[in-house]
Amino acid sequence: MANKKPEDYVIPLKNIDDLPPMARTMGQMFVNETGSWRNVYPKINHDECIKCGICWQFCPDLSIVENADGFPEIDLVYCKGCGVCVAECPKKCIVMLEEGK
Amino acid sequence: MKYPIPKEEYITSGTVACQGCGCVLALRYALKALGPDTAMCVPACCWSVIDGPFPYSATKVPLFHTAFETAASAASGLRQGFAIRGNDHTTVLAWAGDGGTADIGIQALSGAVERDEDIIYICYDNEAYMNTGIQRSSSTPWGAWTTTTPVRHFKKEEKKNLIEIMVAHGIRYTATAAISNPKDLMAKVAKAKEIRGAKFIQIFASCIPGWKMKSENAIKAVRLGVQTGLVPLFEVENGVYKISYKPKTFKPIEDYLKLQGRFRHLTPEQIEHITKMRDLRWKQLEAKVKMTGALAEEMAELA
Amino acid sequence: MKKVLTGNHSVSFGAMVARAEVVAAYPITPQTQIVERISELCADGEMDARFVKVESEHSAMAACIGASAAGSRAFTATSAQGLALMDEMLHWASHARLPIVMSNINRAMGPPWTIWTDQNDSISRRDTGWMQFYCSSNQEVLDTVIQSFKVAEQVKMPAMLILDAFVLSHTSEPVDVPDIELVDSYLPKYQAEFDMDPAHGHPAYGALTNEHWYYELQIKMQRAMDEALDLIVEEDKKFEKVFGRSYPVVEGYRTEDADYLIFTSGTVASTAKDAVDAAREQGIKVGNVKVRLLRPFPKPQIREIAKGRKRLGVIDRNISYGSEGVFFTEIKSCLYGEADRPEIHGFIAGLGGRDITVDSILEMIRQTAEQSPESDINWQGAKLA
Repeated sequence: MANKKPEDYVIPLKNIDDLPPMARTMGQMFVNETGSWRNVYPKINHDECIKCGICWQFCPDLSIVENADGFPEIDLVYCKGCGVCVAECPKKCIVMLEEGK
Repeated sequence: MKYPIPKEEYITSGTVACQGCGCVLALRYALKALGPDTAMCVPACCWSVIDGPFPYSATKVPLFHTAFETAASAASGLRQGFAIRGNDHTTVLAWAGDGGTADIGIQALSGAVERDEDIIYICYDNEAYMNTGIQRSSSTPWGAWTTTTPVRHFKKEEKKNLIEIMVAHGIRYTATAAISNPKDLMAKVAKAKEIRGAKFIQIFASCIPGWKMKSENAIKAVRLGVQTGLVPLFEVENGVYKISYKPKTFKPIEDYLKLQGRFRHLTPEQIEHITKMRDLRWKQLEAKVKMTGALAEEMAELA
Repeated sequence: MKKVLTGNHSVSFGAMVARAEVVAAYPITPQTQIVERISELCADGEMDARFVKVESEHSAMAACIGASAAGSRAFTATSAQGLALMDEMLHWASHARLPIVMSNINRAMGPPWTIWTDQNDSISRRDTGWMQFYCSSNQEVLDTVIQSFKVAEQVKMPAMLILDAFVLSHTSEPVDVPDIELVDSYLPKYQAEFDMDPAHGHPAYGALTNEHWYYELQIKMQRAMDEALDLIVEEDKKFEKVFGRSYPVVEGYRTEDADYLIFTSGTVASTAKDAVDAAREQGIKVGNVKVRLLRPFPKPQIREIAKGRKRLGVIDRNISYGSEGVFFTEIKSCLYGEADRPEIHGFIAGLGGRDITVDSILEMIRQTAEQSPESDINWQGAKLA
């Protein structure tokens, strides 16, 4: 996804010998797939989307990414389903749907 | 897709912030303005959790977790430690909540600003001790419910005016900002980055559980705070006040208050009090703009 | 270069020749002369350091922590109430594994207000994860600043060197201030393994840590302290080669044939030598043992020197209320497993700056030699019975 690189997925501290003397972090929070927190998810209607990037700008979870066609797309691995993008979309072209629908 | 603000990110997905957390956006914008050559000191606050548990971190700049009252003093030491080793380019950022700034950390902050340490201190202000479960801080506004100011004894004291405290120190640069206005926010942080000496920015950031509102309103509530005039956006450079944005007409204060459960109990009379206080504060602010504008040359010369 | 220096100024010169790079300190009697002198040395350009004139001791330690996290050599000094105010940050420094060095002037805690010496300020910071060196002379003070940095930076733990208020802090003695180049040959420039420079990556330090790792981090701190004990001995030998002076962690005086030992720390250890001489003249076969370290506690060395003695006495210029003197507790505890452990007397003396004289030490020696202990606490020189 957008700002995620393979090295960000390194799972540090597999064994106790890797423990540094102090609590010094060694990996990025990408490991925490917060999409599981969600019970509703946003869906962008690309027919109406004007690619203004406002949803991306206001996403607190950095889980809106640009797809190959230049449209914003929800990264459901991390989207917590807060609905800020729905509220902020100037075209009102994002809707919240229940999980599984 | 257009990118209204710079594309590069210095925080990652996967933070343990609540849904719709405003202070994640505050740091996201601030770091976009500061760039990767930044080192942070973070005292006890929401961000000491949000960044993630050991051995992971969500920030892409080095971050030193420090004790509650020491954001400004630890940042001072960090700055001096870099300086003696010849590093005068890294921006040292103290990143603290309103409790860690206006209450327990104000002594260290006052000391660092008086010494004119070359740091940027940013307080993300969600108006209570949110990380410990919504207790009032001196930055909680009059009228608000918190767990230590229950509805029947809602907060009866006015919000502490941090910017005035900073101005009283003769600080080189101080400003307010809001997460609803990211461009203004980033311009202020970028400006602070270019100034040598102490800088202080207060960012108004929403808290979903603390303000008792729906997560989708994270930006809307903050924007209404600005549009109703309750959260004036302004900056003070070398003592000279400048308003960044004044709505042509203030939106009704009720629009802001009704959105948030923490104000639900307020009566029309009490809302009237908040309205009058807002008007008075704007009069004061505009008077300061006038007064300091007239002295601008003199003040700049001595700064 | 030989200079006549007070204990406080010995600390300042120690920090200078050890090339402390950031000093953050706040004035408190009787430590104030240290910061005054360092401030002058920095202003005159004799000392190449940043002096952060903080608004409190709490901020002093926080600034030292920041400076050390930046990868520089950080130093501070305080006393009594100031040390107590720092307490939270003392833990922070050791848990963050930052090799900060601090000198603490032993001053009794208030209220009532007092500025005179006893060890309760530092004793009550025993468990913060700081090494504690108790010094007996101004030369030892200066040398210990250098040695502390050397050890602290290797084991990544902070160190505190401690001197008695006024008895040492304000007393002038001839002190050899070594050439800074000579000190450089012993104490190289500090190179932190980890620091906060963004050029070295972007980790977070001290993030929320759950039960999966916290315990192990504590074990690492304990191991670092164990390592520090050996290293202090080893580094002292190296120090002796370079500077011709040595400070054993446990130092005996006329102990070879002694039936009785009297354990002391700080300046009392010097006075005790005269008392031992006097007792020897009276036919009491006694020796003095100066304990230089409280943390890490020199258990093997204490066991070794206590072996085969008839009775021991421990003089504490401190008290852990509801228990007894702290050195007494520590020494008893480490001898518990010994086959023929001697009886031990615990003496409390000199609280709040009450003079500990040769005569009063002689009295404690006599009690140790003549009778079995009846109580864990023997007040010495007290007006209350």
